[in-house]
Amino acid sequence: MADDAKTPAPPPPPGGEKKPTAQKPAAPVPDPPPVKPVAPVAPAKPAVPADSATPPNPAAPAKPAGPVPLLWTSPLVEKYRSQYGTALEGQTYLGQNYLTVKSELIPNILRLLRDDEQFDYCVDITAVHYPKREKQFDVLWILYSFPRNERIRLTTQIADGASIPSSVSIWPTANWLEREVYDMFGIQFEGHPDLKRILLPDGWKGFPLRKDYGILQQDKEWVQINLGIESGQ
Amino acid sequence: MSAPTGEDTKNISHLAAPNRENSNRENSDRGETEGKNVGGNDLTFANPDKTYLDSNELIINMGPQHPATHGVLRVILKLDGEKVLGTECIIGYLHRGVEKIAENRTYTMFNPYVDRMDYVAAVSNGLGYCEAVEKLLNVEATPRAKYIRVILTELNRIASHQLWLGTHALDIGAMTPLFYTFRDREEILKIFEKYCGARLTTHAFRIGGCQYETYAGFEKEVKNFLIFVAPKINEYETLLTTNRIWMERTKNVGVISAADAIALGVTGPVLRASGVKWDLRKAQPYAAYSEFDFEIPVGTNGDTYDRYLVRMAEMRQSLRIIEQAVNGIPEGPIMAKVPKVIKPPVGEIYHSIESPKGELGYFIVSDGSTQPYRLRVRPPSFVNLQALDVMVRGLLVADVVAVIGTIDIVLGEVDR
Repeated sequence: MADDAKTPAPPPPPGGEKKPTAQKPAAPVPDPPPVKPVAPVAPAKPAVPADSATPPNPAAPAKPAGPVPLLWTSPLVEKYRSQYGTALEGQTYLGQNYLTVKSELIPNILRLLRDDEQFDYCVDITAVHYPKREKQFDVLWILYSFPRNERIRLTTQIADGASIPSSVSIWPTANWLEREVYDMFGIQFEGHPDLKRILLPDGWKGFPLRKDYGILQQDKEWVQINLGIESGQ
Repeated sequence: MSAPTGEDTKNISHLAAPNRENSNRENSDRGETEGKNVGGNDLTFANPDKTYLDSNELIINMGPQHPATHGVLRVILKLDGEKVLGTECIIGYLHRGVEKIAENRTYTMFNPYVDRMDYVAAVSNGLGYCEAVEKLLNVEATPRAKYIRVILTELNRIASHQLWLGTHALDIGAMTPLFYTFRDREEILKIFEKYCGARLTTHAFRIGGCQYETYAGFEKEVKNFLIFVAPKINEYETLLTTNRIWMERTKNVGVISAADAIALGVTGPVLRASGVKWDLRKAQPYAAYSEFDFEIPVGTNGDTYDRYLVRMAEMRQSLRIIEQAVNGIPEGPIMAKVPKVIKPPVGEIYHSIESPKGELGYFIVSDGSTQPYRLRVRPPSFVNLQALDVMVRGLLVADVVAVIGTIDIVLGEVDR
């Protein structure tokens, strides 16, 4: 996402990756790629006066170009940037702040955010798969601070097969959340007390939320042995 | 309750509940202190307590086909006689791969799927999803749509709490509340049915606003419902609030401290009953909630009884919100200007709402196409269920049933 800030061109790297199985119905035909951001935006301007009920909202600012991630400047970011330099970058998109950090920083920065910045509530941990990237996975922590009433997202990139330190010792809630990330993406969390599948059965093969896992794909062998049927489809 | 196990007898009798050794707090006499976390509890689930006099531990499966698990939850209980030493939840029996489906559907096509996660609060799910996509599109629903959304969502909150109360009380052995709550919930479902044709999986909202204008007489019916249901909530309370059996089955049962609740990411009424005054409708208002006057009910002890009181108070607060909203529905369009083909610009967004069960969040990654590149649901039930182990340790098997009920999980949302 870092590249987005520098080049707000419509097809930035993460977006450029097409879904392997996605059949996009009718969409590509009327829309030549460069006009992309205009499509969802256009209606705001040519609105007839009758629609004046809508305007107080974001219709006015910055529509034609489409929103782009901006640099997020805050004491928090500056403090950590002075400490970690370019290993950490703060951005904001549509009013939501996120930090992009190098994966080496991971356990430390999370602990600092909890202890020093009062981000005491780990809302969610999840991942996103970008198969064409060298470091295939984005791992995300969504944090919230009760005292500050503020949300922050933390993103890091890791390669397929690489592991990442577990944050169970920082927020016990990470236990199940990390298990789900492992279950769906196959990302290993080092130091997790009990890293095993949570939603899928223990013997299942494959990680369904990876992009190369088809929507109809299943572990046929597991289905045959455990359910006694040829196929679950 | 059944056979004593050589344990101090005051632990066994439910009639002595108030004197019961303060449930999960007291693990220290077993010398189990390693691995303890913020709130003094072992939150890593790694070290079940040792049995009394090293008697044999008993491993028992509860569920997945067990009426008190509210669906297909399997809990493996490790027991010392009747005392719970540790639990493990086995979930996933209802897993449908909702997040994978989302990646293969357009934004509009995916909208009905969210109703099937928390199916007793489908309207809330729809609201969260629609608002998340709207945020991604950088549009906002019209004021009229927002008011309609608030009314329906709060009606749904009441319906969800009613269903919770009925089944929870039934689990504990009180049969009558179930009939009362289902009788009254029916009135809400009738309003839903008249509004959008569906009673449970409503698909009431669309990205950008609402599909349907309110039907003739909608406001009157909602107002009539408010008049109808307010005394009914008192009626539930006459059955339970000071009922001796109810109090002894719920007081000091399933205690979770505020620190533990926060560390475990617990949200919703469970968190508020532990004394944390936090509600997303106030903290980060969405829809039209900033325009209404209401309070956040909180508990003090964090036990099952307080959670009951908090939810009862929440139903009354919902009535307050609905009353203000239905008297002030603004005129105007119900749909904002949204393109026919929804193609959000490239970007990531997280949006969450206060569903009846807690913080329901949607994290959406758009690659600029008509389908989400990644859609993550942050389900409150899933995260709250994780606290079950902390809440039931040291209690009796019958209390496990009470605690599962009090967390208010919906397995459709836990498993997705």
